[in-house]
Amino acid sequence: MNTPTSVPATTCRDAPILKERGQREVFCGLTGIIWLHRKMQDAFFLVIGSRTCAHLLQSAAGVMIFAEPRFGTAILEEGDLAGMADAHEELDREVARLLSRRPDIKQLFLVGSCPSEVIKLDLARAAERLTQVHAPHVRVLNYSGSGIETTFTQGEDACLASMVPVLPSTDQRELLLVGALPDVVEDQAVSLLTQMGIGPIRVLPAPRTAETPGIGPNTVFACLQPFLGDTAAALTRRGAHHIQAPFPFGEEGTTLWLRAIADEFGVDDETFARVTDAPRARARKAIANASEHLNGKTIFFLPDSQLELPLARFLTRECGMEAIEIGQPYIHKGLVGPDMDLIPAGPTISEGQDVDKQLDRVRAARPDLTVCGLGLANPLEAEGLTTKWAIELVFTPVHFYEQAGDLAGLFSRPVRRRSLLKLEAAE
Amino acid sequence: MKLTVWTYEGPPHVGAMRVATAMKGLHYVLHAPQGDTYADLLFTMIERRDHRPPVTYTTFEGRDLGEDTAGIFKATCQDAYDRFKPQALIVGASCTAELIQDDPGGLAETMNIPVPVIPLELPSYQRKENFGSDETFYQIVRHLAGPMDRTPDVTVNLLGPLALGFRHRDDIEEVKGLLYEMGIGVNVVAPFDATPEDITRLGAAHANILMYPEHAEAAARHLEKTCGQPYTKTVPIGVGATHDFVKEVAQICGVEPKTDLSRLRQPWWSKSVDSTYLTGKRVFLFGDATHVQTAARIARDEMGFEVVGLGCYNREFARPIRALAKEFGVPALITDDYLEVEQAIADAAPEMILGTQMERHIGKRLGIPCAVISAPVHVQDFPARYSPQMGWEGANVIFDTWIHPLVMGLEEHLLAMFREDFEFHDEAGPSHHGGHSPKPIEAARTPDRVEEGPSESEAPETGSDVMVWLADAEKELKKIPFFVRGKARRNTEKFAADQGLHEISLDTLYEAKAHFAR
Repeated sequence: MNTPTSVPATTCRDAPILKERGQREVFCGLTGIIWLHRKMQDAFFLVIGSRTCAHLLQSAAGVMIFAEPRFGTAILEEGDLAGMADAHEELDREVARLLSRRPDIKQLFLVGSCPSEVIKLDLARAAERLTQVHAPHVRVLNYSGSGIETTFTQGEDACLASMVPVLPSTDQRELLLVGALPDVVEDQAVSLLTQMGIGPIRVLPAPRTAETPGIGPNTVFACLQPFLGDTAAALTRRGAHHIQAPFPFGEEGTTLWLRAIADEFGVDDETFARVTDAPRARARKAIANASEHLNGKTIFFLPDSQLELPLARFLTRECGMEAIEIGQPYIHKGLVGPDMDLIPAGPTISEGQDVDKQLDRVRAARPDLTVCGLGLANPLEAEGLTTKWAIELVFTPVHFYEQAGDLAGLFSRPVRRRSLLKLEAAE
Repeated sequence: MKLTVWTYEGPPHVGAMRVATAMKGLHYVLHAPQGDTYADLLFTMIERRDHRPPVTYTTFEGRDLGEDTAGIFKATCQDAYDRFKPQALIVGASCTAELIQDDPGGLAETMNIPVPVIPLELPSYQRKENFGSDETFYQIVRHLAGPMDRTPDVTVNLLGPLALGFRHRDDIEEVKGLLYEMGIGVNVVAPFDATPEDITRLGAAHANILMYPEHAEAAARHLEKTCGQPYTKTVPIGVGATHDFVKEVAQICGVEPKTDLSRLRQPWWSKSVDSTYLTGKRVFLFGDATHVQTAARIARDEMGFEVVGLGCYNREFARPIRALAKEFGVPALITDDYLEVEQAIADAAPEMILGTQMERHIGKRLGIPCAVISAPVHVQDFPARYSPQMGWEGANVIFDTWIHPLVMGLEEHLLAMFREDFEFHDEAGPSHHGGHSPKPIEAARTPDRVEEGPSESEAPETGSDVMVWLADAEKELKKIPFFVRGKARRNTEKFAADQGLHEISLDTLYEAKAHFAR
C-alpha cells in the first residue's frame, strides 16, 4: 500500500470541456429537500413557490415517503403577485401556523424558488425577521433551490452554505466532515478516522440543531460529496482549511480520501495500514465480484447528480469500464480536480446540456450503459439502451469501503438484467 | 399564500402536457426554467411511457433573466419545429415564465412556422392541472376542428382520455366495445393517440362520448355549439351507470340499446353469499368528481356499502358533488388540502377508503384499507393487465379491486374465532395480503406526529380524550377483530357520550353493541 497512485500523462483535468446550453434534463435544487429533511431531524423546509414546486416535490419524493414530510410549500397565489397582499405578512402568518402545528421544529429553512426569485421576494430579510420573532426556539435561515439558479444536488450545497455564517466560532482543531450521507455510511467514516486517532470529528449537517458544529481557523474540513462548492467556499471564508482529495467512492477513492485527511493529522503509515488494510481487501473483493459484468463495457454519463466525474473515475479505474462521455451539470475543478487527475484523457468531458444533441451522441455511440435522469431512462431503454438512473446514487449508501461493492452493483444490475431476460425468444 | 404538504393537482401546464403526451404529431414548446423538466418523469416513470413527452422547454437560467428570454423562446420554438416536424405546435409558459411576460403565443405567431401554432393561456397562479387539460384540449379543438359532412354510418368521437389518467387506456377499449354492440362506429378518439389531423375530422361524427368531463367538457360544449354534436352526460362506470349510458347513447344516436351482458359477472358476485360480509361496510370516497360520483353509486347500490363521507379535490365540480352528498346524507368535502381530507377521514373512521394515491398514504397512516379509484395515481396504478373502470368489464374489475383490501367473508369469522392462534390472528391481517396487511387500527390511534399540537387539547369534548375505558371493557374491546374494532370503539364512545357517560364499562360496551346492532 501507499505505492504512488499511477497518474496518467494527460488527464481529464487538462482535456477541453464541451460546454453546451440548451434544454436540460435535471431536477432543480429544491429536490435536495427530499433527503435533507430526513437528515436534519428538527428542521423544516418551507418552499416559497408555486404549485409547480409543490408538484415537483411530490412527484420526486411524495410517493416514496410514508411519514409526514418535514417540508411543505407556501404556494404563491394571484394576490401575492399582484401586490394585493403583502407577501411578507402572508409568509409570517403561514410560518406562525406551521410552527404552532410542529413545535418540534428548531430550524426552519425558507427555500427560494424560481417564482420567488423572479418577483424578488427578499427571503433573507424574512428569515432575519422571523428569527427575531421565533428566537430562541427556532432559527430561520434561507437559501435558494430555484431551477434558474441550481440543479438537483446543488440544493444541498446552497442549504449547507446558508448554515455556515451562523455556525458558532471555535478555535479548537477539529475535523469537519461536510455533506449529508445515510447514517450507516457517516458512522463508518467517523469510525475509520477515529481508529486512526483523528478527532474530534464533527459533521455538517448535524442531525439536530443542538449538535451544530463550531468553525474557526483551526477547523479542517473534507467534503463527502463533490457538489459542495459553495459550502466549501463559505467554510474557507470563515478560516477553515479544505482538504482536497478524490471522493470516497470505491477502494481507491476511499483510500485516497482517508490518506489526505490522515496526512493532515500526521497519521503514520503503519497506523493507516492497520485501520484500512482489512476493509480495503474486502472492498477489492466485493468490487471484483460486481465488476465482472462491467469489465470492458462502455459508459456514457448524462449530467444529473454532479457525481459523474468521481463515479467515472471509480468505474473506469476499478471496474474496468470505458467512459465515452462524462457530462456534469457544472464542473468545479477545485472539488473534482483530484478525481479528474486520475482519469486518462479520452472521454468527452461535457458541462451543461443540450439534451437532444447529447441524445444524438448517445445513440451514435450506443454505450453499454447510460447514466441519466429519471425522465430519460425508460425512453432510452425502449431504444434498446441499458440505463442506470442517477437518483439512486444520492439515496443509496455508496460511499466508503463497505459500500464499494454495492456501488459497483448499482451499475452492474441493469447490465446483468439485460443478459438475464430472454423476452424476445418468448414472443 | 397557501401552505400545502401534498397536492392533488399539479400546475395547469402539466395538464397541457398530459394532453400533448397523449397525442401524436403534436409538440408543446414550454417557456420554463430548467427545473420544470421534472414533469417528464411523470410520464416515463409513473406511466412507464417508452418515449419522452413531446415537450421542448426553453430552460432559461437566472443569468438570462435580464437579457433576451424572448429570443431564447423563439430559438427553441424554431429548433423544436425543425427537429420534430409536428403537425401542430402548442405554445405556453410555466409559472415562472408567466411572471416574465414574454407572451409565447404572440412570439410564435411572428415566426412563420408552417403548421398551426396554438397559444395556451394557462394562469398558473389561479388554476390547476385539470383546468390545464380541459383548456388545452378545448383550444386544440377550437383551432383545428370545424363543421363538416357527417360520416354515412352512425359514428361518435370519444373525448377526454389522456396521458396519466386512471385506466384511460383500457376504458377506451371498453367503451368501443359497448358502441360496437349497438352498431355505432368510432370516428376519432381524442386526445389519446389522436393526431392534429385526426382532430380536424372531429366534426364528421354524429355525437360525442364525453368520457372524462374534467378533461374534455369545454371541448364537448364547443363541438355541440359549432358542429351540432350532442354529447353524453353519463359516465359508464358501474353496472347501473353503464346501463344508463347504453340507453343514453342509443337515444342520442337513434339506434336500439343493445348490449351483451355475457361478460358481466359483478351482479352475481355481489349477490353471492360470500359477499354478505360486505353489507354496510362504511366507506369514504375522495378523488376527482367523475370517479367519486360514479363510485358513490356503485358503493351504495352495487356493493351494499354505506357511504360515510365523500368529496372531490376539483372545485370546478363542487356543485354536483354537493348535490350528491346531500342525496347520500353526508357532508361534502370540497378541498385540495390533503390534511383536511386526512382529518375528515379520521373523524369518519370508515372501514375502507376509496380514494387517490394520496388517500393511500392517509389509509396507511390511519390503518384503514384503501383502494384507488381516481388520479392522482402512481406507478402501481398502471398495471400491465387489462384493467378498465368503464363498462361491464370495468364493473368486474371494480368489484375485485374494492374487496381486495378487505378481509373476506368466511375469514372474518375465523379471525374472530381463532384470535389467539399464533399463525392466524388479527395482528397478521387478511391472509391474502401477505406482507401488505394494514396495520391494526389500535396503532393508528396514537399518531406518531405532533402536528395536532395544541389543537388536539382544544378538541370538542367527545371521543376517547374524555372517555375512560375501564380495564375489563378495554380487554373485551381487544377481543374484537381489528377490522371492526375501530367501529366498535367509536360506536361505544358515541353511545356513552349520548348517555352522558364518561366511563365505559363492559356493560356499556355490550349495551352499545345492542344499540347499534343491525
